[in-house]
Amino acid sequence: MTRETKSREPLVHISRRGAMPWWRAWLVRAGAIALALAVCALLCILVTGTNPLDIGRTVFEASFKTSRKFWVMLHSVAILLCISLAVTPAFRMRFWNVGGEGQALMGCLASAACMILLRDSLPNWAIIVCMVLASCLAGAIWGFLPAFFKANWNTNETLFTLMMNYIATQLVAFFCVVWENPRGSGQIGIINQRAPYTQLGWLPVVGGNKYLLNVIIVGVLCVLMFLYLSFSKHGFELSVVGESENTAHYLGIKVKRVIIRTMVLSGALCGLTGLLLTGGNDHTLTTTLVGGRGFTAVMVSWLAKFNPLWMILASFLLVFLERGAGDISTNFGLNASFSDILTGIILFFIIGSEFFITYRVSFRRHGGHRKEAIAK
Amino acid sequence: MKKIVALLLALAMCLSCVAAFAQVGVPVAKENVKVGFIFLHDENSTYDLNFMNAAKEACEKLGVAYVLKTGVDEGQDCYDTAAELAEDGCNVIFADSFGHESYMIQAAMEFPEVEFCHATGTRAHTENLPNYHNAFASIYEGRYLAGVAAGLKLNEMIAEGKITAEQTKIGYVGAFPYAEVKSGYTSFFLGVRSVCPTVTMEVTFTNSWYDEALEKEGAQKLINDGCVLISQHADSMGAPTACEVAGVPNVSYNGSTVAACPNTFIVSSRINWAPYMEYMIQAVINGEEIAKDWTGTIETDSVQLSEVNEAAAAEGTVAKLEEVKAGLLDGSVKVYDVSTFTVGGQNLTSYLADVDDMGDFQPETEVILDGVFAESYFRSAPYFDVDIDGITVLGN
Repeated sequence: MTRETKSREPLVHISRRGAMPWWRAWLVRAGAIALALAVCALLCILVTGTNPLDIGRTVFEASFKTSRKFWVMLHSVAILLCISLAVTPAFRMRFWNVGGEGQALMGCLASAACMILLRDSLPNWAIIVCMVLASCLAGAIWGFLPAFFKANWNTNETLFTLMMNYIATQLVAFFCVVWENPRGSGQIGIINQRAPYTQLGWLPVVGGNKYLLNVIIVGVLCVLMFLYLSFSKHGFELSVVGESENTAHYLGIKVKRVIIRTMVLSGALCGLTGLLLTGGNDHTLTTTLVGGRGFTAVMVSWLAKFNPLWMILASFLLVFLERGAGDISTNFGLNASFSDILTGIILFFIIGSEFFITYRVSFRRHGGHRKEAIAK
Repeated sequence: MKKIVALLLALAMCLSCVAAFAQVGVPVAKENVKVGFIFLHDENSTYDLNFMNAAKEACEKLGVAYVLKTGVDEGQDCYDTAAELAEDGCNVIFADSFGHESYMIQAAMEFPEVEFCHATGTRAHTENLPNYHNAFASIYEGRYLAGVAAGLKLNEMIAEGKITAEQTKIGYVGAFPYAEVKSGYTSFFLGVRSVCPTVTMEVTFTNSWYDEALEKEGAQKLINDGCVLISQHADSMGAPTACEVAGVPNVSYNGSTVAACPNTFIVSSRINWAPYMEYMIQAVINGEEIAKDWTGTIETDSVQLSEVNEAAAAEGTVAKLEEVKAGLLDGSVKVYDVSTFTVGGQNLTSYLADVDDMGDFQPETEVILDGVFAESYFRSAPYFDVDIDGITVLGN
């Protein structure tokens, strides 16, 4: 049956694009970043009255002014990248693991537990071996649980992994009180800072630079993850599961096993990030140690289209801008929230640009009504 | 690409070498002095705001350059920030939060040419680092005074028939069950009881130094529990706002909250950090040693009371406070006089406190001297952690 209706053509029409050539996509992204910076600069000028070149220099200097700033920046990139790498295999499988925060925090907790509980009984190297195993295991368990429920009863993995974050945070809060120092303070401070436990369980310093080891480890992980996803049978299987579970069944892929295996890997890598934080850099345990990077990692992974090599660039960009925004706030005497506003603007534009890459926006050409046939 | 990175690194190294020319113990011309400040939160926290105001006041008075870093976490972030400030040419670096301590020590070890000063810390006197220092103030005296004002308010409420003498239960929202907090609420309570002998107190902990929602909730819980006056040791506006809404008198901390709570705010005690900051900067200018462990007092103007809010306070509060303050100054009033409180029904005659914080949790110092618990005497940070009779800690 057909019937004729009068309908008004919408002013804005959004349709899905075909594939955009890669160079055009990157042009759009670069344009978005430029636009974001322009808006930020405009805002800074309006608020502080400084000239935009000063602001640009501040942003650049926040990461490059001294070798320390450079290394701290590089280290932040490494940590963010590590969690992003960790959540990526799950994302490729279309398993929305937003529990990177909790999985990493469990790694921190496990490392701290080894540093505190084993320091009287084991030599330093054995403590570190235990820390590596324990942190990966702790993260893996936090990844396994939601995967197990998803694989067997098709529970919602987004909610499940999200809730696991809160459990991890509360567990850490609990152990902060158990191991507090001094009593009553609810804080642990630097673990094994003083004699007789001086630096027990601290990852070794390589080449006289305390940030270098973590950067190297994450660099190697990044390459391995790229190889794993692009060239291994596992990598192929999890992509197929992500595309269509039916196809996977048809190909003889054991879907349940792939889901659980991938999430265990994802969680273990997050746990390893916890080791790098607690054992390698901060040497402490607090509920805010991961600092939201478990969530930022989701964005890094998406922005890089789940490609580990592009993630280096995406993490660098986010860290660079965040440090820049932070220094703008301090140097121009603004509230810390101001840097959040700037980061927010930048992220808004970057995420927004992905919309314009995927969809085409067209406007109504001629203002009149038109007749439309709707087949029912 | 490699060349650019190499060039950048080389440039960065040169810059950092130029920056690090300062030296401890040598006078520094005023125009070359730069002070770095590290704050846990920003000005939205009453605790940090108190420090920030003092920092600006001291630096502007002495005419030295300064850098304020806000929102610095109690983790590696603190070390990184301190190290960056040191490389940026700061001669002295100050951090305001207890959790910053181990990271400040780490930085102090690495930059022996820079002075590191830390408020509320406990480890300077045992750490033996020439360039690491702690500071605090005998704020328990300020709390005691604020307690006297609260006690007078209770007496007025009894006289007006609003409550009976048996209903003089007050509430306290604490952060952690930590010596600094215990010392704070105990001295406050002793102040109240010095004028209103029937008073009892309930304490609830938020287990956070800054959590507006939890502090509000804590105050509300105490009010529902029948507490007729609230005070707090937590850094947000949570408790004062809850009191203003419920119309319950509030004794504040860290500074006056009269603007937000015109009907319920009585008085606030606070540590004025400006005298210490001036002392610390002046020592750097003169090339003198900074004390390992500095305790500010009422005399140094480090312990202050805000203006009394006449709208909420009892009549005659100002005069009474002057009288008690004079007593504290001449030594006739002692806050922790062991004859004024009991523990398990007994008066304390001897008490070992964990003054030397070696990470061993072993109390080692006898702190009862001549019938007084000698608070902030063996080190600046409080170590009074006794649970006295009359105060009930609520389970959460």
